[in-house]
Amino acid sequence: MPEKTFKRNDLLKGDYIFRLCTLLFASVILVILVVIVWQMTKESLPAIRKFRWDFLVSSDWNPVDGKFGALPYIYGSVVSSILAIIIATPLGVATALFITEISSRRIGRVISSLVELLAAIPSVIYGLWGIFVMAPWLQQTIQPWLSDHLGSIPFFAGAPYGVSMMAGALILSIMILPIIAAISWEVILAVPQSQREAAIALGATKWEMIRISVLPYAKSGILGAVILGLGRAIGETMAVTMVIGNNPQISLSLLAPAYTMPSVIANEFAEATSTLHYSALMEIGLLLLGITLLVNIFARLLIASISRKQKGGVH
Amino acid sequence: MRSLHLRHFKSGLVVISMIIATIIVLLPLCFIFVNIIKMGLSSLSPEFFTSIPKPPDESGGGVANGLVGSGIMLVISSLIGLPIGILGAVYLSEHRHGTFASFIRFCADVLAGVPSIITGMVAYVLVVVPFKSFSAIAGSVALALIMIPIVLRTAEEQLKMVPDTLREASLALGVPHWRTSLKVILKSAMGGVITGILLSVARIAGETAPLLFTALGNQFWNWKLMQPMAALPLQIFNFAISPYDGWHKLAWGGALVLVIIMFSINLAAKSFGRR
Repeated sequence: MPEKTFKRNDLLKGDYIFRLCTLLFASVILVILVVIVWQMTKESLPAIRKFRWDFLVSSDWNPVDGKFGALPYIYGSVVSSILAIIIATPLGVATALFITEISSRRIGRVISSLVELLAAIPSVIYGLWGIFVMAPWLQQTIQPWLSDHLGSIPFFAGAPYGVSMMAGALILSIMILPIIAAISWEVILAVPQSQREAAIALGATKWEMIRISVLPYAKSGILGAVILGLGRAIGETMAVTMVIGNNPQISLSLLAPAYTMPSVIANEFAEATSTLHYSALMEIGLLLLGITLLVNIFARLLIASISRKQKGGVH
Repeated sequence: MRSLHLRHFKSGLVVISMIIATIIVLLPLCFIFVNIIKMGLSSLSPEFFTSIPKPPDESGGGVANGLVGSGIMLVISSLIGLPIGILGAVYLSEHRHGTFASFIRFCADVLAGVPSIITGMVAYVLVVVPFKSFSAIAGSVALALIMIPIVLRTAEEQLKMVPDTLREASLALGVPHWRTSLKVILKSAMGGVITGILLSVARIAGETAPLLFTALGNQFWNWKLMQPMAALPLQIFNFAISPYDGWHKLAWGGALVLVIIMFSINLAAKSFGRR
C-alpha cells in the first residue's frame, strides 16, 4: 500500500516538473521580447538625453562633429515603405482574387506555390539582383524617360542614377507582395461559399460578385495583410541598402538616392567608435522597433478579431 | 439590355486586369531566376566549393569558408532555438485555452515581426560587448532569436492537430501526463514538427542583416567560435557592393548556391509534411 501512494505522488511530481519546464521554455518568448526592448532603450539613453526631440526633426547627421539627426532616415523609410505598399497592395489582392475566384484549382495551386517561392528568396539575393539588373535597367530606360518628359514635376526631377528611392520602393514591393497575396488569399478563401452563390443567383457578374460578396467580407483581413506588409517593408534591410543609394537627403524626387533607418544601422553600426554615434544608431533601432511593434500588434489584433467574429458565425 | 452588356464588359475588363496583375507579380520571380542561373552557373567550379576568396586582383577563389561558417552557425542556433521552440510549443498546445498561452502566442507573433537587424543589435549588446569580440556565437544567438518564434508557432500548429482521442487513450492506460505529451503527442506530430524545423532553418540560412555586426564575416578560415566567422549571405553582400568584377562573379555563384540550398531544404520540408 505505501509503495503505491509513493508511486502516485511520484507520477504527479513528474507532471509538475514537466509542466514547469515547458512553461519556462514558453516564457522565454516573453523574456526575449522584454530583453530586446530593455536593451535597445538602455543603449539609446545617451542619445535620447543629449538630443531629445531634435533627434527626430534635425537632418544633420555628422559623426565627426557628434551631431545626429535622424530625419532623412525616417523620411526614407516611411516614403519607401508607403510607396511599396501602394504598388504591392493592388497587385497582391488581384493575384489572391485571381487564384481564388477565377483560375482553375490546378493553376491556382501552381501560382500560389510560385508566390511562396518568391517569399523564400533571401533579402540579400533581391539586393544582388536589384543592384546588378534592376537598377541599371531603371537607369537606362525608365528613369531617363521620366526625367525627360515629366522632369518638371518635382517627383521625377533630376539625373537618372539607377540606385534611388524608386529602386528601393520597387524592390520592397516585390518583397512584400508574397505576404499581402498569401494573407489576402487566406481571408478570401474564408469567405463562405453561400455568399458567392447568393450574389450569382441574383444575376451578378463575376466582378459584381467579388465586389458585393467577397471584398466586404474580406476587407479587414486584407487591411491586416497590408499592415503586416508595411511592418515587413519598414524593417527590411539588405535589399534596400543595396539599391536605395544611401544618401541622407530629403528629396521629393523618386529618382534621387535616399537612405533608410535599417540601412544606416547596417552601414555604420560596426564602425561606430564614439559612444554618441553608437547610441544614436541604437536610438534609430529603438524607433524602428517601436514602429514595427505597434504595426504588428495592431495587425495581429485586427486579424484575431476577424477570426473570432467568424468563429462566432454571425452570418 | 445595353446595361447588361456594359456589366459583362466591365466584369471581363476586371478579370483581364487581374490576369495581368498576376503575370506582373510572377515576372520578377522569372527574371531573378534566369539571372541567378545564367550568372551563377558561369562562376561555379570545383574551386568555388573548396577554396577561400582570393584578393580582388586575382581571378578565381571560392566561398568554402562561408559555406562551412554558415553551417556551423546554423547548427549552433538550432541547438539554442529548437529545444526552446519545441518545448514551448508543447506548453502552448497542452494549455491551448489558457490566458497565458494566448498571451505567449501573441508575443511570438509580434517577435516574428521584429526586423532581423534589431536581433543583430541585441546580440551585439548581449554577446559581442561582454566578450569584446565579434564571434560566431554572437551570430548564432542573433539567428536563434529569429528562429524561436517561427519554430514555436509552426510546431504548435502541428501538435494541435493530434486528435484528442490519442491523448485520452494514453492517459486511460495510466501513462503520466508528461510521458503522454512527449511520447504520444510529440511523437505522432513529429513529421509536421520536422517540417516546421526545416522551414525555420531555411529562413535563417539566408539571413544577412543579423550577422553584419555579430559574426562580422571573415576572409580566411576560422574554426574558433569566439572569433569572427564567414557566412555565405554575408559574402554575397560584401562581394556585391565591392567594385571588383571577380568578386561580383563570386557573389552570383554564392547566390545560386544559397538559392539551391534553401529550395532543397524547403522541398525536404514539404515532403516531410506530406508523410
